[in-house]
Amino acid sequence: MSFSTTSSPAIEVNDVRKRFGATWALRGVDLAVQPGTILGLLGPNGAGKTTIVRILSTLLVPDAGSARVAGLDVVRQADEVRARIGLAGQYAAVDELLSGRRNLEMVGRLYHLARAESQRRASELLDQFSLTDAGDRLARTYSGGMRRRLDLAASLVARPQILFLDEPTTGLDPRARQEMWQAIRALVQGGTTLLLTTQYLDEADQLADEIAVIDRGTVVANDTPRALKASIGGEQLDLVLPDDANLPYAAALLERITDRVPAVDGEARSISVAFDGGPRTLTAIVRALDDAAIAAEDIAVRKPSLDDVFMRLTGAPTSETMQSTSHDLVGREAA
Amino acid sequence: MSQAIALPTPAATAANPLRSLRWALADALVVAGRHLTHLRSVPEKLAGMIVQPVIFVLLFGYVFGSAVTVPGVNYREFLMPGIFALTMAGTLVAAATGMAEDRQKGIIDRLRSLPIARSAAILGATLANLAEAIVGLVLLVICGLAVGWRTHTDPLRVAAGFGLLMLFQFAMNWAGIYLGMLARSADSADQIGMTIFMPLAFVGNTFVPMQGLPGWLQTVTNWNPVSAIVQATRQLFGNTGAMQATAWPMQHAAWVSLGWSLVILAIFAPLCVRRYRTMATK
Ligand SMILES: Nc1ncnc2c1ncn2[C@@H]1O[C@H](COP(=O)(O)OP(=O)(O)O)[C@@H](O)[C@H]1O
Ligand SMILES: [Mg+2]
Repeated sequence: MSFSTTSSPAIEVNDVRKRFGATWALRGVDLAVQPGTILGLLGPNGAGKTTIVRILSTLLVPDAGSARVAGLDVVRQADEVRARIGLAGQYAAVDELLSGRRNLEMVGRLYHLARAESQRRASELLDQFSLTDAGDRLARTYSGGMRRRLDLAASLVARPQILFLDEPTTGLDPRARQEMWQAIRALVQGGTTLLLTTQYLDEADQLADEIAVIDRGTVVANDTPRALKASIGGEQLDLVLPDDANLPYAAALLERITDRVPAVDGEARSISVAFDGGPRTLTAIVRALDDAAIAAEDIAVRKPSLDDVFMRLTGAPTSETMQSTSHDLVGREAA
Repeated sequence: MSQAIALPTPAATAANPLRSLRWALADALVVAGRHLTHLRSVPEKLAGMIVQPVIFVLLFGYVFGSAVTVPGVNYREFLMPGIFALTMAGTLVAAATGMAEDRQKGIIDRLRSLPIARSAAILGATLANLAEAIVGLVLLVICGLAVGWRTHTDPLRVAAGFGLLMLFQFAMNWAGIYLGMLARSADSADQIGMTIFMPLAFVGNTFVPMQGLPGWLQTVTNWNPVSAIVQATRQLFGNTGAMQATAWPMQHAAWVSLGWSLVILAIFAPLCVRRYRTMATK
């Protein structure tokens, strides 16, 4: 095992493929995560995020390819891998009929901590995740955010070197989401390597050192958040016109100012384009529209979303949003 | 980061099989403890465990009992071994739904991601189910004694009878857990479980002697594992009455029941462990 050398990645995925019946969930995924860093695995529903996490946490065996976690093969050295990882799955795996404290103590006992030690660790974690007051209540009385935090706490009982979090904030309200982000940030300061999956660009941006964008079982981009955002522009402008007569002209105008190709939706009479330069560029756009006597029905500026990333990377919207009318995946709460 | 907690790695424990066996048992007991704590969290479940046997004994003992006579024995004495076995067999359904629910909730994923023996999670669940069943059995015995059920043999046979009941429960447990691992959801586990349980429980000698049944049906019921345990406990407790069993499996019911339980265990325990290893939760 050549693990202890600092240069070797904490997580290494080589051409991993996984099929469920006729559908290929993963069609050859490559990833590398350096020790002590956070990788955000960003992708829409059904992209294969959970499948990767399950393979890396030894719950699933890949059909082809290989993966190493902490330098250990996830198939042949699964037991050793399990001793080094923590997993908080997509759905909080807490026992609702036990108290939060008992949930954590049970996990501690299963890691073969002595009874007193697992009790001490449980208290410590309840404290760390602001669950002390609720610690002795049954977990079924917990809110969604509390369950997620308890689940995260459970994955940390044995202080794992490597942690997998599968959509840790999906379904949480904005406040619970902020709390979860804080908890995650505090955690990685201790040096844990983290692989986190998310459907939200802003979440990956906030937390990750590097982002891998995944769609339909393949990684379509792998870069730092800064580089990824630079490639799609700092901000996104959505312009809606009262009729489609001026649509081509307005699009050409926007292209000239932003130096980017806008996405035109004839049916919605809308144009979307990324732009850099903040208010100055925005002012230039508004002035140009005014000079051309193009009246806007609506103008909105927003942070780029996962959709925009996909539009940029693949020229197509995410497979999920093709059927939906939602333009803004950022901060969208899961139904 | 240096690890603050030194974990006994599986590699270290694997070097010593006795030690790893001890850990597997310890892990199973922790998992069993989880199930038993549920009883404290959900007192309704405990109440159900107490009320249900009472209802069974009253319903079958007095309502049906007034219509059925078994030569040479008070019907309620004849009935009690049937109800014991019925209750033990019923744990198949509970075990299946429990496992399916744990799967749905991701608890099995959590357990599978921990460095514990692959058998520990299932063994823990079966041990907890067995413990619950023993509590239920004790309550049933008290009910039975209250309505006039008595044993008429020596303590050794009586102990053997209860031993067979528990072994049967343990075997049905593994079958139930396997079903729970295959089922799409807890609801479907419940439905499939009931579909298996119903004929096992009712196409047999549980409530009435089999002599009245048509020949082909007698062949089926003679080989029903529930019939075997019912007949075995009736014989071991001395509750058979004047009628003599004529079919071979009914004459040697204790051995047949022992065989059934061991066969069920031998089939389902390895299946469970294998399935647990490769299971995809969805
Ligand atoms: N156990 C399974 N059985 C069948 N298909 C599955 C199973 N798990 C995942 N899939 C399919 O594999 C693809 C990827 O799923 P998943 O990894 O869960 O995506 P994500 O987590 O990104 O939403 C989807 O098309 C999904 O329907
Ligand atoms: Mg998922």
